[in-house]
Amino acid sequence: MSGIIIIGAGQAAGQAAASLRQEGYEGTITLIGDESFAPYQRPPLSKQYLSGELSIDRVYIRPAKFYEDRNIDLQSGVRVTSIDRQNKTISTDNGQTLAYQKLLICTGSRPRELNIPGSDLPGIHYLRRLDDVDRIRDDMASANSICIIGGGYIGLEVAAVAVTAGLSVNILEMESRILQRVTNEQMSAFYHRLHTDRGVNIHTSTACTGFKGDARVNSVLCQDQTIAADMVIVGIGILPNIELAQQAGLECDNGILVDDHCRTSDPDIFSAGDCTNHPNPILGRRLRLESVPNAMEQARTSAANMLGGDKTYAAVPWFWSDQYELKLQMVGFSSDGDTAVLRGDPEALQFATFYLKDGKVVAVDAVNSPKEFMVAKRLYGMQVNADSLADSAIDLKSLIS
Amino acid sequence: MAGVKFIEHNGTEHNVDGIIGESLMNIALANLVPGIDADCGGECSCATCHVLVDDAWAGKLPEITESESSMLDLNPDREVNSRLSCQIPFSEELDGITIQLPEFQY
Repeated sequence: MSGIIIIGAGQAAGQAAASLRQEGYEGTITLIGDESFAPYQRPPLSKQYLSGELSIDRVYIRPAKFYEDRNIDLQSGVRVTSIDRQNKTISTDNGQTLAYQKLLICTGSRPRELNIPGSDLPGIHYLRRLDDVDRIRDDMASANSICIIGGGYIGLEVAAVAVTAGLSVNILEMESRILQRVTNEQMSAFYHRLHTDRGVNIHTSTACTGFKGDARVNSVLCQDQTIAADMVIVGIGILPNIELAQQAGLECDNGILVDDHCRTSDPDIFSAGDCTNHPNPILGRRLRLESVPNAMEQARTSAANMLGGDKTYAAVPWFWSDQYELKLQMVGFSSDGDTAVLRGDPEALQFATFYLKDGKVVAVDAVNSPKEFMVAKRLYGMQVNADSLADSAIDLKSLIS
Repeated sequence: MAGVKFIEHNGTEHNVDGIIGESLMNIALANLVPGIDADCGGECSCATCHVLVDDAWAGKLPEITESESSMLDLNPDREVNSRLSCQIPFSEELDGITIQLPEFQY
């Protein structure tokens, strides 16, 4: 009997399956993922799972038994090879052809690859999946030095774990500052100094040109120097997995195009998570997000709408990153602002930068400042007095009218 | 073991098994209890696992940390017994605990 098929078994897929049952759907749910694990949380991979603080059991979103108990057919280690929209079936690499009434594509994203001389040497890693991190951990146990290509969140989180574990750490960043794509100069400078103070060597405006080694990588080449490295992590961004959708003739443009109900250009096919390019009615533009909250909420939206509901996805994007003992929580996009307002004291490792556009709050980067993070969520799009925002003596509550 | 009783804002009860050491948030997720989104997975980063703990159990809970309190603080619906369920591990002491789910999180 045909029911709902979910392609992928990541966070969006797992949440969608749970939401479908929560909404009372009793039909068939088939969850097909090419990884060999039940849905798990990705954020801890570059943080507490890498450091060994969290065991694998704690990384799973729900115990494996959950899927059995709820009659969700979880097929791990299986790849969907094509979608036949005419006959409403999908095919898999283990020879199945399965019919669907509704299809949800949660194919996620994959790391952008470096294709330069030596980039296929053993010891060079990407970080996306649980088993990537198992391999990284194995390597880290015997490595003395690590070189990280890319000064984004993944690179910086790995740097924090690695330097804390006693490795010598180099980061190569092509741009003139780390986190260039996601935050303003002051925040970049703050994180640059934080990592430098902890012993990380950061090389900005430095492009990696190749790798050297015999059996495995032993050094990284960049413009004018060679950096010794027992292992390498490449964290230079991700690409949405749209190929399956594209081959099926679904509209794609920097992601699988969906509407605010998470519906693709085929009314029986929905998509959720990193792979989507979706409209955000609050921001007034289309977005492709690399974000767990986005994956979870789109999954809930898809589940409701696949069952005939009318749920609109409209949320202000938010993100977080853990480095050392610092928790960075972000709302919106700092690049949307025309003015930055600092509240708190960066020296004390506790502060927030609010970003305003025409006097309205459009983003915050909050370091060890959960209250500022929460207030930014509530103040989003609202006019505020910048001087009051900057004055730590003024209670944030008084700013929420 | 009596486990955990979750009560939805509309009165629907979910009596589920407790697992020692597992957070109330994870226990709710594993049992499809509605009203706990838990977007951040238990990092105390999102405040979407807000619960109200029955008064009789208040004294047995782990102390509220500054970070948890800050996450709850700006919620106008915060009650004296508001907690984030990701910050409460289930223990023998909490066997039989009653947890209310706030309407605003539904």
